[in-house]
Amino acid sequence: MPLNIVSLVSVGRHPQSGRARRAEQDSRAVELGLKLADTALTVLHVGNPDDPILRQYAGMGLPSLTVLKQEDSVDAVPVLQRFLEQKNIDIVLTGVRAESGESSGMVPYLLAHALGWPVVARVADIVAVKDGKAEVLLALPRGQRRAVSIQLPFIASMDHAAEAARQSAFAVGLRATVESVESVGEVDQIRVDWQESVAKIRPKRLKTVKAKTAAERFKAATAKPEGGTGKVMKNETPKEKARAIFDLLLEEKVIR
Amino acid sequence: MTTSSSAIVRRDPRKEWIARNRLHPLHHEVISEGLGHVIGPSGLPRKNPHQIGFIGPNGIKRIDRLKGNGAAVSQPHQAKSSDTVLPLHTVTAPDFYIFVVPDLVGGRLSVHDKDILGLAHALQADMEGKGAVVAVCFGDTKEEHFDLAGVDRLIQRTSDEFDGFSPEARAAALTQMEETWAPKHWLFPDSVHGGTDLASRLAASLGERPASQAWQVTPEKVVCRGAGGSLDIARQTPRIVMVLEECGNAIDETRHQVLPLEMPAFHEHTPRILDRGQVAVDPNEIPLAEAEFILSAGNGIHNWPQFHQTAEALGATEGASRVAVDDGFMPRFRQVGASGTWVTARVYMAVGISGAIQHMQGIGQCDKIIAINTDAGCDMVKRANLSVIDDSDLVLSELMLLAQAYASEHGNQQGSKKQENSDAA
Repeated sequence: MPLNIVSLVSVGRHPQSGRARRAEQDSRAVELGLKLADTALTVLHVGNPDDPILRQYAGMGLPSLTVLKQEDSVDAVPVLQRFLEQKNIDIVLTGVRAESGESSGMVPYLLAHALGWPVVARVADIVAVKDGKAEVLLALPRGQRRAVSIQLPFIASMDHAAEAARQSAFAVGLRATVESVESVGEVDQIRVDWQESVAKIRPKRLKTVKAKTAAERFKAATAKPEGGTGKVMKNETPKEKARAIFDLLLEEKVIR
Repeated sequence: MTTSSSAIVRRDPRKEWIARNRLHPLHHEVISEGLGHVIGPSGLPRKNPHQIGFIGPNGIKRIDRLKGNGAAVSQPHQAKSSDTVLPLHTVTAPDFYIFVVPDLVGGRLSVHDKDILGLAHALQADMEGKGAVVAVCFGDTKEEHFDLAGVDRLIQRTSDEFDGFSPEARAAALTQMEETWAPKHWLFPDSVHGGTDLASRLAASLGERPASQAWQVTPEKVVCRGAGGSLDIARQTPRIVMVLEECGNAIDETRHQVLPLEMPAFHEHTPRILDRGQVAVDPNEIPLAEAEFILSAGNGIHNWPQFHQTAEALGATEGASRVAVDDGFMPRFRQVGASGTWVTARVYMAVGISGAIQHMQGIGQCDKIIAINTDAGCDMVKRANLSVIDDSDLVLSELMLLAQAYASEHGNQQGSKKQENSDAA
């Protein structure tokens, strides 16, 4: 039985130039979707169907895209929920955070809550899908991986550790058809009151010395960071020394 | 104040100034104050030599001929300042709670966690009424200083459901806490260690609109990053806030109570996400900058095959000092230090590296450092938490034996979740 997989995509933003582009994590979601379902993959977008950026996703080898036509000010979650409920879907793939708008990263969680599905964040790979269960590799900090098995259907957000998106072919993108679907949406009322401005550079935290006297301030400014707090083993046998090191490694749980 | 009043030395700067100035008209009176002006039987003023001076820190009498100009005068009370006990911040009947869910990377409060606890106190101070900061910890913790980090109340959940990777159970437990205490705010670290995930799950289940990537938080207003970090969004502070790094100042002037909060029994719940444990990753595939455990080699290594075998047996990522790279024993991308990689390892083991300043810069962010060196006076030994003064060959071979014995002992338990809860939790 072929899998029914949906990748949610959004319009990204290049961090340096600020130009619109296919979003980094969303394109990884398309890449993984292509790996699992090949061209049977549904790529879904909420917004303007005439956006040229969508052709960059289509250029990854998709025959068609589905766009739920909406204004920018509309909350995408209820629109997506209504669309996904109608279909018999196994896996929904998204990015962790959008590169435009609020980028709160809440869409997968809100969708999962509304649909009653499990959600996993920061997926590196989906290894296998068998008997209504998926074997998923999660990306952990420090290059580690965790294996997890989840019942279908579920929602997964893609980490940067997932396989990078293939290059987009311009002509393939142009040939793809964009199916525009009319949908009903409500304007996001909470967001109307927010004030948005260009991001300010965050101040770096300075090393403040809480010294009450001049002598303490002088000491803090001149003194070397004192050592000598560590344990030094000199006269023990090599065996005892190795044991001490190994115990510390075990205590820190770096030995697996 | 907890320090007794006798420990406080009141200084009179004017008197000290007069005591220093021998030409001052009041000099004589100030100097002889407390000695009394004694006229001897012959009519001459007399000095009592036994009353001059004071008892120094060693119990030896000292006469201050510097007339208060020396540092020794104020010595007796300065010795105490190192072991002063910080004042205790007590909250008896809190009007409201602020819940903080720290990441507890490796079972300890990270800098990020401590900043958020400090931020919670700053928020609490700016709000009406008296609030208590509650830390919610899942699983076993190794943290010993919750009191110094600013935890007024502690909720610790240590049952099997919360071990390892259990976001659903944790989120369910948080929802239950919300019903019990209805905290005014929930603060989470916006981090890859699970803070963001947990906060998003809680927000979705409570139907709250959280503030993510917040970097300025006040009781009324919060400023968040949006649109991939290119936008600042100012909005009213919601109940759930995910806070970026360096957005608050950690507590450092008070101690806190760390009273346990009793938690009602956890509702049974069947997880839909099953944890299969961490997957073995080839440690040398991990980029050096983000490796958790690095075994680094320097000039003191002579048996290179042994070094590589030890790294493999311990499951450590290999690093090297500049000398080892220049001599051709290690590739350039393994170099740690100013001109190589700045590493962030939790445990850094330096074998035969004496610690040039460029190398020490590169390991500035490491938590635990283990040094194996023949020179007890080198800089690496001074910086290390555990130093072994011996030949690297002997210690590494012993260490390899230990690692192999451990692996054969635990090899059949690989699939179990016992070794979880490392940094990558």
